[in-house]
Amino acid sequence: MNFDKEFDLSGLSCPMPILKTKKALADMASGQVLKLISTDYGSVKDMQAFANQTGNTLLSTEESSGSYTFYMKKK
Amino acid sequence: MSSKKMAIIASKGTLDMAYPPFILASTAAALGYEVQVFFTFYGLQLLRKDLSTVMVSPLANPAMPMPVPMPVMVQMLPGMESMATMMMKQKIKKHGVASLQELRDLCLEAEVKFTACQMTVDLFEFDKSEFIDDVEYGGAATFIGFAGETDICLFV
Repeated sequence: MNFDKEFDLSGLSCPMPILKTKKALADMASGQVLKLISTDYGSVKDMQAFANQTGNTLLSTEESSGSYTFYMKKK
Repeated sequence: MSSKKMAIIASKGTLDMAYPPFILASTAAALGYEVQVFFTFYGLQLLRKDLSTVMVSPLANPAMPMPVPMPVMVQMLPGMESMATMMMKQKIKKHGVASLQELRDLCLEAEVKFTACQMTVDLFEFDKSEFIDDVEYGGAATFIGFAGETDICLFV
């Protein structure tokens, strides 16, 4: 999937993945896609909840050996 | 569109119980909520410029996981609190959990409003100069004034 910016959240626990995602999105333009990598299993539900509540779109969630990749499209 | 609101009362001043208010406040702010935290009683310790004095005690805290079972008689020995605090801080670091300082800074950066209980300041004769500058002082009516308009209201 194409993306405009990548952010590695590996090793971080709640709530840091969400707080850093929020910050990473802040200096992006509407419609741009942010790729996120997290090792926190809790982020799977949290990223969806973040998207639902902020109006950004979670395009996909992929899991690969304990690492989760998210593509978040900015509102 | 007016944003959603969340109010939290932070009444505990130990390392473990300091986390929920700061985690929830910073996250709610990231989700677009307007957030206020009211610090009362022991919660005021969380507003100190220096957070290194915030500790956790295994005493009267039977749910706290310990590396080895520890009788209460041992938990009450001098230095046990410091040791438990040091161990928890190591765990916090190891598991990528943010420090209290970091979470508090993120709250302030996200414009979470901190209100300290003036009555507690007077009661314990706290020196306001030991608290961070980003604090307003008020009482129960101040809290309720905001809490009455919130979508989420919590007591920690």
